[in-house]
Amino acid sequence: MIVHFEPASEEGIATVVRAVAADKASLAVIGGNTRSGLGNPVRADRVLSTRRLSGIVSYNPAEMTITALAGTPMREIEEALAENRQMLAFEPVDHRPIFASSGEPTIGGVFAANVSGPRRYVAGAARDSLLGVRFVNGRGEAIKAGGRVMKNVTGLDLVKLQAGSHGTLGILTEVTFRVLPLPPASETIVVSGLNDAEAAAVMAEAMAQTVEVSGAAHLPESVRGRFLEGGLPDGAATVLRLEGLEASVALRAEKLANAVGRFGAVTRLDGPQTSKLWAEIRDVKPYADGTKKPLWRVSVAPSLGHQLVAALRLQTGVDAFYDWQGGLVWLRMEADPEAELVRRYIKVLGGGHATLVRAEDGYRAAIPAFEPQPLAVAQLSERVRASFDPHRIFNPGRMAAVSETATMEHGRK
Amino acid sequence: MAETIGFLQPKQAVITRRREIVADLADLLPEGCLISDERGLKPFETDAFIAYRRMPLAVALPETTEQVAALLKYCSRYGIPVVPRGAGTSLSGGAIPQEDAVVIGLSKMSRILDIDLFNRTATIQAGVTNLNISEAVSADGFFYAPDPSSQLACTIGGNIGMNSGGAHCLKYGVTTNNLLGVRMVLFDGTVIELGGKALDAAGYDLLGLVCGSEGQLGIVTEATVRLIAKPEGARPVLFGFASSEAAGACVADVIGSGIIPVAIEFMDKPAIEICEAFAHAGYPLDVEALLIIEVEGSEPEMDAMLASIVAVARRHGVATIKECQSAMEAAAIWKGRKSAFGATGRIADYICMDGTVPLSQLSHVLARTGEIVARYGLRVANVFHAGDGNMHPLILYNINDPEDAARAEAAGNDILKLCVDAGGCLTGEHGVGIEKRDLMLHQYNQADLDQQMAARAAFDPHWILNPSKVFPLEGRPAA
Ligand SMILES: Cc1cc2nc3c(=O)[nH]c(=O)nc-3n(C[C@H](O)[C@H](O)[C@H](O)COP(=O)(O)OP(=O)(O)OC[C@H]3O[C@@H](n4cnc5c(N)ncnc54)[C@H](O)[C@@H]3O)c2cc1C
Ligand SMILES: Cc1cc2nc3c(=O)[nH]c(=O)nc-3n(C[C@H](O)[C@H](O)[C@H](O)COP(=O)(O)OP(=O)(O)OC[C@H]3O[C@@H](n4cnc5c(N)ncnc54)[C@H](O)[C@@H]3O)c2cc1C
Repeated sequence: MIVHFEPASEEGIATVVRAVAADKASLAVIGGNTRSGLGNPVRADRVLSTRRLSGIVSYNPAEMTITALAGTPMREIEEALAENRQMLAFEPVDHRPIFASSGEPTIGGVFAANVSGPRRYVAGAARDSLLGVRFVNGRGEAIKAGGRVMKNVTGLDLVKLQAGSHGTLGILTEVTFRVLPLPPASETIVVSGLNDAEAAAVMAEAMAQTVEVSGAAHLPESVRGRFLEGGLPDGAATVLRLEGLEASVALRAEKLANAVGRFGAVTRLDGPQTSKLWAEIRDVKPYADGTKKPLWRVSVAPSLGHQLVAALRLQTGVDAFYDWQGGLVWLRMEADPEAELVRRYIKVLGGGHATLVRAEDGYRAAIPAFEPQPLAVAQLSERVRASFDPHRIFNPGRMAAVSETATMEHGRK
Repeated sequence: MAETIGFLQPKQAVITRRREIVADLADLLPEGCLISDERGLKPFETDAFIAYRRMPLAVALPETTEQVAALLKYCSRYGIPVVPRGAGTSLSGGAIPQEDAVVIGLSKMSRILDIDLFNRTATIQAGVTNLNISEAVSADGFFYAPDPSSQLACTIGGNIGMNSGGAHCLKYGVTTNNLLGVRMVLFDGTVIELGGKALDAAGYDLLGLVCGSEGQLGIVTEATVRLIAKPEGARPVLFGFASSEAAGACVADVIGSGIIPVAIEFMDKPAIEICEAFAHAGYPLDVEALLIIEVEGSEPEMDAMLASIVAVARRHGVATIKECQSAMEAAAIWKGRKSAFGATGRIADYICMDGTVPLSQLSHVLARTGEIVARYGLRVANVFHAGDGNMHPLILYNINDPEDAARAEAAGNDILKLCVDAGGCLTGEHGVGIEKRDLMLHQYNQADLDQQMAARAAFDPHWILNPSKVFPLEGRPAA
């Protein structure tokens, strides 16, 4: 990709944006560009990279907050955190394995994509950790939203809105986010041999226990061998993660193992194995296979995940595994993405959304990557977008289903 | 008293049509759902920010989302301002009406619609009280985490309006972190649904924007919230200190050491005395500051956590440590804390500040707060959520003495500016309302506010929803 601008300051970015607006042109925003596979392809006249807007501005471990420039590589953030035995609560996915992309993901890209992993369903998404942002809007103005304290209801929460907007509501220049202490101990309880429906019930049971499960995933037999170099016991693996103080984890593991033991054979994984396993789950290891076979990330109520997969199996070739107690389905299609089928079944079952994470370029151009929204919500989203970027400069096409269909439908009326 | 905070000029065109409007609204609602007589309107003229009052044009108490939609459609057609209202416990004047406004109160929409323990969610109507949610699932071993002290009265709709917090939010997060979806009515009567039982809905996080928007973006009629399994046990422990500064420093160190208790609440001497006299919770009266630190889990887990916390507290010269011996004692400790505002209200009028500061600034801001209040010749009691730096100085004054009231307001403003200057914000959980509206430019510049107002206008282009709140009256876009 040809990069036209690499400003090293917020003011530099604002100047570029004003110039692009004056030319009535459009601008693609990239961080490390490791997730350019994400969302619909952008058709922009110019490209701006945040690469040179890099560095941790302040990090006070005792306050558990970091402020960093948006182009700061994730590696730098992770190293700083590790030194202080802290972590990002939301476990951001590294998309490089899925997309077979290289480069360094940036902290701005992580928040722009609201990237969250296994701990999301108990500890919140990236958006829940984000406390404050600075960004340049489509008028070329530098804007501050939020702050650096945990609790803040001063005015409208533009911070949440920026998270997950994929660079269509402005260019993030600085982010302030909360971090958590690294749990001193962790363990995983594995229940073997359950089918998808049984696993969903066991995961729900585990979540109702007073043991604070911080990860609940089900790895069916078709993918089980891809984790821990085939080191998980035979049969489908339902895995439950516990984290906390040494003494707590031991007690809770005992308690949980007893509670779920009646459903299947139980084995236990120690701390290092636990870290490795959950990183592999987070990064979608089974489908990071160098292919471009269509990959969906489906979010539904936990009780519906396995029902969706069962229904799809009757119609087409799919493979799947589950995170978030069964509510996050990583769905890999054998051939065609079957977008219409997947999205129709989700609706019929009770709602949710499917994001096309990976597919051949032809499909990516034709299928809305993000779940199309009901007209009233899409129109509202389009008005919100216009309030940040009135001249339609940023990442045209990226969130196609969210805003552009709304304009089209609106225009037709 | 002399009012320093203004409201928008009432629209004369609306006020002169009052009789007609009342008749039209009555047609949109079932019998008994519209209030328009002076005596009936009186209870709605203010909220818990009682220094300011305005009589509304009428109060509508709809029973269904469809009725809310019909009301909004009507009001936006005729440019009639609308003030959404839950229980009216806002401490920032968020629910105070104005002379040309129709209050839409959600109190009749108080049904629990769905409890789904498999997916750990509850779907409730907006008028359900915060405590009712937890009570409905308590027998099954679950609870709804955000617990404002007003939880007996305040509604989930109001909690969403203010993104409310509570003592236990240190571990579990505030409303926005526990809210999964809403059904809401937009300014023109359009009904939309945002989020739901599936996490992280596609598209922009409109749900995140709506939470904490103080009734300016639409009226929430239903909400889906996350339930959490109750811990095996919970134990509040009292730590008494010889100075507020020592207690403040201890808070920062506990968090800094990597322990996150469920709650760390702070009380200074005046607050301890007020609460103890009211609740007989067994608070030590011979200390300058008290921390209530609660840990949860199984007995051995709580022991282990407490041991680490005690070690930190000792480094800060803790004077007394009191573990409660029974569930009754634990309940009394929380009763004392949660009735702090009510108990204060028995001895004086007060305004409650809500600034949040970084933990490293706690001690400094506490000391400066004392100086500021003393300079205005007033008294202050501090009782607040220390673990997340959310301060609540209660400035005591006499509401019937205009000079006293003016001094209290001025002291409050100085304290909030102090919080912002210390790297914090004007309000951590009570909202801007009218109370902090005119201080917004201390925290944001005009371009920041313009962007917020542009986003607001995407939802409410003609500014009919709660229009006197949050944004300074000057510098608004021309309607
Ligand atoms: C359709 C699709 C779905 C995806 N789904 C997920 C998912 O569910 N979970 C997940 O973890 N990852 C997902 N990704 C990948 C995710 O986008 C990347 O992992 C992450 O953003 C990589 O960081 P980066 O710096 O390499 O970002 P890039 O690849 O450079 O950019 C990622 C996105 O963020 C924007 N962006 C980058 N920097 C800024 C900035 N400073 N200000 C504003 N916008 C910025 C870009 O315009 C782009 O839209 C998805 C990607 C696509 C294309
Ligand atoms: C004694 C006392 C203790 C308190 N303790 C705490 C505390 O610990 N933590 C805390 O955070 N707050 C606390 N508060 C403040 C207050 O209780 C909260 O702000 C509460 O959430 C308000 O709820 P309500 O139902 O009373 O809403 P109201 O006061 O009626 O309204 C609050 C705001 O929300 C809007 N609103 C109400 N319902 C809706 C709806 N359905 N749709 C859209 N907008 C709506 C209103 O327009 C208004 O702006 C306390 C108040 C008191 C009096």
